[in-house]
Amino acid sequence: MTDPIKVLTANIDKPNSASIDTYGDYKAARKALAMKPEDVVNLVKDSELRGRGGAGFPTGMKWSFVPKNAPKPTYLLCNADESEPGTFKDRVIIEQDPHLLIEGMVIAAFAIGSCPMAYIYIRGEFYFGATVLDKALEEARAKGFLGKNIFGSGFDFDITVHRGAGAYICGEETGLIESVEGHRGQPRVKPPFPAVVGVFGGPTVVNNVETLACVPLIVNNGAEWFKGFGSPKNTGPKLYCVSGNVKKPGVYEFPMGMNLKELIYDHCGGITGDRQLKAVIPGGASAPMLLPNEIDLPLNFDAVMKAGSMLGSAGIIVLDESVCIVDAVWRLAKFFAHESCGQCTPCREGTNWLESILDRMERGEGRTQDADLLLDMADNIGGKSLCALGDAAIGPVISSVKKFRDEYFYHVTHKSCLPGTRRYRRLDMPVAAH
Amino acid sequence: MADLHPDNPYAKDRFPDRAKKIEFPPEHKARFDHLLTRYPTKEACLLPTLHLAQEVWGWISPEVVHYVGDLLDLSPAQVFGVVSFYNMYNQKPVGKYHLQVCTNLSCMVSNAYDIYDHLCDRLKINPGETTKDGLYTVVEVECLGSCGTAPVVQINNDYHENMDVAKMDALLPTLK
Repeated sequence: MTDPIKVLTANIDKPNSASIDTYGDYKAARKALAMKPEDVVNLVKDSELRGRGGAGFPTGMKWSFVPKNAPKPTYLLCNADESEPGTFKDRVIIEQDPHLLIEGMVIAAFAIGSCPMAYIYIRGEFYFGATVLDKALEEARAKGFLGKNIFGSGFDFDITVHRGAGAYICGEETGLIESVEGHRGQPRVKPPFPAVVGVFGGPTVVNNVETLACVPLIVNNGAEWFKGFGSPKNTGPKLYCVSGNVKKPGVYEFPMGMNLKELIYDHCGGITGDRQLKAVIPGGASAPMLLPNEIDLPLNFDAVMKAGSMLGSAGIIVLDESVCIVDAVWRLAKFFAHESCGQCTPCREGTNWLESILDRMERGEGRTQDADLLLDMADNIGGKSLCALGDAAIGPVISSVKKFRDEYFYHVTHKSCLPGTRRYRRLDMPVAAH
Repeated sequence: MADLHPDNPYAKDRFPDRAKKIEFPPEHKARFDHLLTRYPTKEACLLPTLHLAQEVWGWISPEVVHYVGDLLDLSPAQVFGVVSFYNMYNQKPVGKYHLQVCTNLSCMVSNAYDIYDHLCDRLKINPGETTKDGLYTVVEVECLGSCGTAPVVQINNDYHENMDVAKMDALLPTLK
């Protein structure tokens, strides 16, 4: 059995883990600020760190895209929007080890150059997390770790916490940028990519909380040490969030590439009530579902992709045999319909239709052709909008129709859920107007 | 002028009462002035200013839309566009305790809908409505990012994790 590790989570069990006295004196930032910025970028490149927000883009490469001597200031944005259903890892770092994130941001901002101000875009619901961050920033400023001439390097830098206000789409890079600028969080057309024209017209790097938290560890211990976790191109420690029908849900840290089956059965204690497993969503709500016979795989970006799904934000949702799959997929479709920003027609209209069709199947009003209609609609959403929300919305729909086609048909022919499965909501509940 | 859709909370009362002068109390005014120093544009202060306003007045009324617009040199349309886009800005008054039940997948399979249904039944209100005494509003919300401790109910700014109907029943009388 693989043992859990304590690398990113090394501090969180200490008393007062959020205080700067527990955390230490920003050793990694001192070391990095004595280096040349391009050497810091190269170090992160060598570590093969890939973004932990979902796309898995190499972080060092992202930093190197920022043009030197741009006419406008460069900005660093930390994506702490954490809204992907099933994901709750960044919150652990924010609330229990905020200085790890802040130190990572100091290093990242120094590496990308001429970055006077960074913003932590934290989802509005994380009110407590925002207060923890504000307090931690005050502590860091008081020690001179933020502000003018940090560690005598001549580098000026500060961080502002920017609270979102309840919109999943602001976790999308350019939606987040729009939101920081004070607009509706509607994603932008790319190119230009944020690295060239981002927030306030300046070159911008957007990194996830967990990604930035890896940076001080790499600076302190070196790229080779970081690559010692996981496998080539899928390196480093990784936080896995497990929720749903498991006995011990929570955040687990392992080297990248932890086996999914082992994680669920050995570390999370197996399925609630010792029932049978029905399906696993391996990477947040947008990731296609995996069947029980598909879960013996390492949880890294490439292996999960090869299995036809995606690691995404590593939000693992476990569904047992008692869950009605049409109901579960309806709930996700409702989420995406609610969160579609309304900018692109295929996504705005399509996500609502997916929800309506799944709802009518659940109400016993489904039609024989509905399962195929869902696939057809998914085909008309995927790849046809500016950002990835449309593609995310069809992930659970396509995979479930393909893998649970009989259950979908049962809803049409018997006008009820499969025996032994249950619907959780009450169908007679009025829907609140937003 | 065409009538607004009846569901639109501004349909009946869409014009601000200009006689009602509103202003941030000194503490919030100071926080607002600090905000202006943290962003390169005034417009970027809109989201945090609306959070401040909601802290003061509980919801974003037409008067608040105009007041915030005046503070930041934005048109009321721009402000309202942002208010209506983001879920957390209340477009109508809510109860003293805003009971926000997450029902997304992980919470749903941990019986979040039982809590949601129970709250509506016990308080005798429909989803989205406020009790007559103005104490409670019940709404269903999307994922709160606390799936490992599902089901979660957010009450105003606080998370209540690992909830169930019995815990909710025990908690409710303490919210007065």
